[in-house]
Amino acid sequence: MLKLPVIRWGQPYDSLEVAEVNHFATGEPIAQVSQAGGGIIKRDMRLAQRARDVLLGFTSAELIAMLGKAADLYEHGTLPMGDGKQSPDDFVHQQSASTGLPEHMCRANMAKNSFVLKNMAKILECLTRGLDLKILSQGYGEEGRGVMVSYQAQSPVLAAVLPSNSPGVHTLWLPTIALQMGLVLKPGPQEPWTPYRIFAAFTEAGVPKESFSLYPGEAEAGAAVLEACDRAMIFGGTATVERYRGNPKVQAHGPGFSKILLGDDVVDRWPDYLDLMVESIYLNSGRGCINCSGVWASRHTREIAEALAERLGPIEALPPTDPNAGLAAFTVPGMGAIVWKQIEQDLQTPGVTHSTAKYGPRLIEQERASYLRPTIIHAPSPDASAAQKEYMFPFAAVVECPQSEMLKRIGPTLVGTVISNDESFRRAATNATNIDRLNLGPIPTTRLNWLQPHEGNLIDFLFRNRALQLFPSH
Amino acid sequence: MSKSLDEAQRRAKTALDDHVAEIVAWHFHESTGCPFWLEFKNKLKFDPLKDVRSFADLRKFPPFEDEWLRGGPVRRWVPKALADRPLYVFETGGTTGIPKSRIAVEDFRIDYSLFSDTLPEQYFPRGANWLMLGPSGPRRLRLAVEHLAQQRDGICFCIDLDPRWVIKLIKKGWMEQLEAYKRHCVDQALTILGAGHDVKCMFGTPKLIEALCLALEERGSSLKQTGITGIFSGGTEFTPQWTRFCIEELFGGPPEVSGIYMTPTYGNTLMGLACSKPVTAADGYKISYYAPQPRAVVEVVDFDDTDRVVNYGATGRARLTTLTKEFFMPGFLERDEGEREPPCGQYPWDGISGTRPFRRLAEATTVGVY
Repeated sequence: MLKLPVIRWGQPYDSLEVAEVNHFATGEPIAQVSQAGGGIIKRDMRLAQRARDVLLGFTSAELIAMLGKAADLYEHGTLPMGDGKQSPDDFVHQQSASTGLPEHMCRANMAKNSFVLKNMAKILECLTRGLDLKILSQGYGEEGRGVMVSYQAQSPVLAAVLPSNSPGVHTLWLPTIALQMGLVLKPGPQEPWTPYRIFAAFTEAGVPKESFSLYPGEAEAGAAVLEACDRAMIFGGTATVERYRGNPKVQAHGPGFSKILLGDDVVDRWPDYLDLMVESIYLNSGRGCINCSGVWASRHTREIAEALAERLGPIEALPPTDPNAGLAAFTVPGMGAIVWKQIEQDLQTPGVTHSTAKYGPRLIEQERASYLRPTIIHAPSPDASAAQKEYMFPFAAVVECPQSEMLKRIGPTLVGTVISNDESFRRAATNATNIDRLNLGPIPTTRLNWLQPHEGNLIDFLFRNRALQLFPSH
Repeated sequence: MSKSLDEAQRRAKTALDDHVAEIVAWHFHESTGCPFWLEFKNKLKFDPLKDVRSFADLRKFPPFEDEWLRGGPVRRWVPKALADRPLYVFETGGTTGIPKSRIAVEDFRIDYSLFSDTLPEQYFPRGANWLMLGPSGPRRLRLAVEHLAQQRDGICFCIDLDPRWVIKLIKKGWMEQLEAYKRHCVDQALTILGAGHDVKCMFGTPKLIEALCLALEERGSSLKQTGITGIFSGGTEFTPQWTRFCIEELFGGPPEVSGIYMTPTYGNTLMGLACSKPVTAADGYKISYYAPQPRAVVEVVDFDDTDRVVNYGATGRARLTTLTKEFFMPGFLERDEGEREPPCGQYPWDGISGTRPFRRLAEATTVGVY
């Protein structure tokens, strides 16, 4: 069993308090993880500026090159991990065992993180809209049009309070080191693997270890990270997002409520888009905020729901080692049953029907974990509560709604795929401020272009575009 | 077990049994007992005056329910023999609803005088002034710490701290306000410490000690520089890891290096306070508490069979018994769990270590700054 220490600006620290990470199905312990208290975190954050200072000793180009090397190490290397070592296969087994995610999905997430690291220069060019990274290092500079621009770092570090159930979110904080800011990570209790492996890969690739802190711990540790750092990300539910709304120090990532909208001009050809809908709902076991939770159309909705149910309904819960496994387990005892109860409540609404009912029970309970098989619901109106729901498994409501009302009724939408050639509808979708990422045309909600900023541009979060006047030098 | 410890244990047991008989006779005799227990006696199928001669006999009572302490009239808890004495009422809980009340005459003074005898003079010097960085209001602790200071020829400076507001802030999730309130409390402490009052000793809850030390560091100072040499603290948040962090990083080393000695305590308004063996790095910062027998007893009992004491080293629920002339509380099941500790030279009776919120109740329990 691996023993993972707290990492305090690169230094391992064995706490007297440890938490076990267990196999979701067998209960067998996989790792013992040292736990950090709030006091340690707050005290360490006094040295946060040192993390940025040490990174400013390298150019962004040098750091980007290190990240490229780290990408290979992360994806293919055997790396130090606590008191042991970890091969890529170990990583996949361990992550799958503690999170319930099928192993092939863990590998896919690994490849995704590696891809982002390898393409960091291009990603940063797009995130900064082509800004010379030296301007971010120095804080100001000429952009090339004879205009002085200034970007002021708002924090020497980026903190992230990470989830246990979505190994895909890590791409959001990966660019931080290249921006010469330190990383302060509070790993999810069941998913310490990615932060620790990234730390190992980065430091092996030459990134100074003093730029990293990893603080596994209970809620107190998360609260301390958010309190002590001037810029932090947190991942959670709607309540978490609401709690931090309007707090400039915190970027809260919650449910995405991503949707596919079929315009009146294309809806009669809905079978053409069935594959796209299935992929958007089902990819990565429907766990992501970018997975589609609602298909909206003005007609044919019942047929669409039946067709989706026919494709997704028969999918079974398979062991995580099975290459055909498409569903992740709920590893928190009783969680599957709680979610299913909420869905049953949604189904009480008059007119709302369960399209996947005929394909057998959805809730599969095992000794220590549970699964929910893909669930499609038909809602005859946006007023049904199911129309605004998102769950951590392949779930979607097919909602009947006139096109003229669609954009104002869909609510907050992280990824909106709008399929229509109706220019006025496309223009209205472009102007809809409740849609964060807009896909115009038949693009699955899950297919992200990494050159586009995701849910708040990291550059805007970490730097402030402000005025700076420089007295001309002689 | 050494012969002398064995003998000390036997003597302690005899003293406890004798004390139980005396206290039960006091609380259940018509001339001295309080209305609550005299009325309760009528519901019992045994006669406490005849049938309770030892600590083991207390098992005949049903577990004490702290709910009985909610609401009035509070005088039903006043023993007749003490009815003419000046009375205090101390409260516990009460964030919402009616708090639990315990009456007191001298108990808090006696408990803390006994505790005073355990404090090392080197770090808690006589004549030094104290800071009470803990709850104010209708709390036993506030007056008890003041008495402790007076007992040691010092004067106690206090802050205003409403723990019920703290619990409300946590329950509402108003974390920014919680931090602001904590800062408000720490600011009061910094003002006292910076006002030239020669404060050398203090009580503080773990969270407030930590916040005070961090605030001092932010100002380029330290607890050592304020002149503090002796601290006592308490609560389930007083864990070995927190103690280690505190001693190694906030204080700057063990007492012989930093000059600061901290002693943990465990208890509540209903029981009083249990002292700890000295906490050392060599012992993994393990914290073991021992009740002030025979005035109070801590047992570690099976979670389901609460009349059965678990084996040494095994985990169980804390069961508290208070045996004073002011208050009789047989077998109260506390909301904490821990491991049963064997007797030691200083305390030849059972102790408890690793105290933490009882896991079956922990989800519903809100731990505040106090």
